[in-house]
Amino acid sequence: MNSAEPASGSTGAGRRRPARPGGLPLARFLARRLVAAALLCVGITLVAFVLTQLVPGDPAAANLGQRAIGDPAAVAAFRAKYGLDKPVPVQYLTYLGNVLQGNFGMSQQSHRPVAQDLAEYVPATIELALFAIVLSLLVGVALGVVAAVNRDRWPDQVLRVVSLGGVSMPTFWVALVAFYLLFFKFGLLPGGGRLDPGMNPPPYATGFYTIDAALAGEWDVLSSAAGHLVLPSLVLAVYTVGMLMRFTRASVLEILGNDYVRAARAKGLPERVVILRHVLRPAMVAIITVAGVAFGSLLSGAVLVENIFSWPGLGQYAYRSAVNLDLPGIMGVSIVVAAVYILINLLVDLLYGVIDPRIRLT
Amino acid sequence: MGALLEVEDLTVWLATRRGPRMAVDGLSFQVGSGEIFGIAGESGSGKTMTAMALLGLLPHAARTSGKAVFEGRDLLSMSARQLRAVRGRRIAMVSQDPSTSLHPMLSIETQLTEHMRHHLGLGRSEARGRAVELLATVRIPDPEQALGAHAAQFSGGMRQRIAIAVALACEPRLLLADEPTTALDVTVQAGILRLLHRLRAERELAVVVITHDLGVLSAVADRICVMYGGRTAEVGPRENVLTRPRHPYTRGLLDALPHPEGGAAALRPIPGSPPSLGEVPEGCPFHPRCGYAVPDCRTERPAPVLVEPGHASACPPDPLGGIA
Repeated sequence: MNSAEPASGSTGAGRRRPARPGGLPLARFLARRLVAAALLCVGITLVAFVLTQLVPGDPAAANLGQRAIGDPAAVAAFRAKYGLDKPVPVQYLTYLGNVLQGNFGMSQQSHRPVAQDLAEYVPATIELALFAIVLSLLVGVALGVVAAVNRDRWPDQVLRVVSLGGVSMPTFWVALVAFYLLFFKFGLLPGGGRLDPGMNPPPYATGFYTIDAALAGEWDVLSSAAGHLVLPSLVLAVYTVGMLMRFTRASVLEILGNDYVRAARAKGLPERVVILRHVLRPAMVAIITVAGVAFGSLLSGAVLVENIFSWPGLGQYAYRSAVNLDLPGIMGVSIVVAAVYILINLLVDLLYGVIDPRIRLT
Repeated sequence: MGALLEVEDLTVWLATRRGPRMAVDGLSFQVGSGEIFGIAGESGSGKTMTAMALLGLLPHAARTSGKAVFEGRDLLSMSARQLRAVRGRRIAMVSQDPSTSLHPMLSIETQLTEHMRHHLGLGRSEARGRAVELLATVRIPDPEQALGAHAAQFSGGMRQRIAIAVALACEPRLLLADEPTTALDVTVQAGILRLLHRLRAERELAVVVITHDLGVLSAVADRICVMYGGRTAEVGPRENVLTRPRHPYTRGLLDALPHPEGGAAALRPIPGSPPSLGEVPEGCPFHPRCGYAVPDCRTERPAPVLVEPGHASACPPDPLGGIA
């Protein structure tokens, strides 16, 4: 045996890169994401515009009365008024220019500027969806962790059924059952609308009734607005809770197998700390990805739920615009929904950077 | 040198699809305070499971029997809560690959201070001050700045130094180092081994080095235990085991090591492969691969017996006895 005693002198390679907490890489990361998001927004307007061109149906026919439609002069006047007589590329550029100035055109259905409609309806839906996603994250992640930690034991089995039920029950059915039980039968929660009947909305600042009421110090309005949020957001959250629970469980189980979790346990840390600090943080990367997608599904799920709970939001507006072939309305809705999606994706990307320093630093 | 850790007849069963299988079979050894004790063996010999059993970190549904008395208390009969108070505080672990055992998303400061704050009740700034000292002890340049960095910003050798600093944070008496140098380059290995050697001297720290590489143990270990099939093949002082091995398996491991003066031709592999979990043969577990096996080896399960003071071998025919 030729025992090589360790050589003297310094050993071990040096640090690869000096630590730069924050600094340039983060700024570049942010800038890249923002530019991509802006380009995507412009692209969305183009797609929305082209799609509305492809839709069969004549806006004049949909919006003029029976008598006017038989009068070529009236039709021509209608088309000239809304610029429908110009070449399509010109129509698009005009539209894009207007949108950039916050002008989405006049709604042919409400006879108000689309921007004004959106300012009223969008916050209602976002408020609802935000409430639902926060609720889903709290409940879904907590239950998912419980299921993973108790893998294959009874809490896991019970929660598996719960999550499967959550993702398989159709939203309209959940909505009807919840409405019947919690409002009609037991009267535990207010049924429809954003406020108690007869109550005036708080002065407009953000369009979120809860925030506006808090800003104005109208506490009774705040409590009424929050109370009205509970039932529809609960219904919306049923599906996302189930989905987030399943993904959290899978993600936590995967992380639990890592060496660094064993290392954390070898340090004698309480299991609670091991799970919350060492396991949940890396698991959140997958969870927020799913939550971002789930938020999108909440927006589309809102169309139905808003109708059932008479929630004056984007879903109802989109539905009315589509039925009346209100092109400015449809395009406004499309662009706003797409922008929300892009914003959510941007947020998810930024959260990756917050959770995982390796993304920030490379 | 009083025994800090006394393992007696440690047996570990792991749960498999086909029922419990024995991974460690009646292992006994002692580690003195301030001693570097090497456990050598191929993969599957039960060496890692031995360390996990001592820490109470065996996989779910694993069972143990026997005793592992550490500082007068039996680790194997402790409650989860009692074990947590020992883990990281009195017994610490360094594992094989620092690129996976350090948390990729937590700062070095968090990983170095969280257990100090938990076990020793230190405040944030106090723990931070000790973390800086620890990083200096393991020779990390610019410790202050390193605290704010993350594992990915360091090289493999530096990561293992940090992992050792993490293990040392609460001034444990015993360090379990499971393949501490396997994932590292040879030159970096030497530095880590020197570090372990120095720490043992400075802190009267006992170290159990678990490895498949007798070369590593030849550099640092005071005593060596060679494991095969979950059992002790041979145990004794480093010099005795490495220069006068009495068990054919130890001989085989030594012959399989590269020598600087011999080329590749000088390497003599042990024929066959180690038994997998639950398929340890009857009799001496090594007999199917042993060139010296006699009929008794197939039926008699040998226990280690002293062949000279402090040096025991589990090979009753003792074919190497005359060679030394």
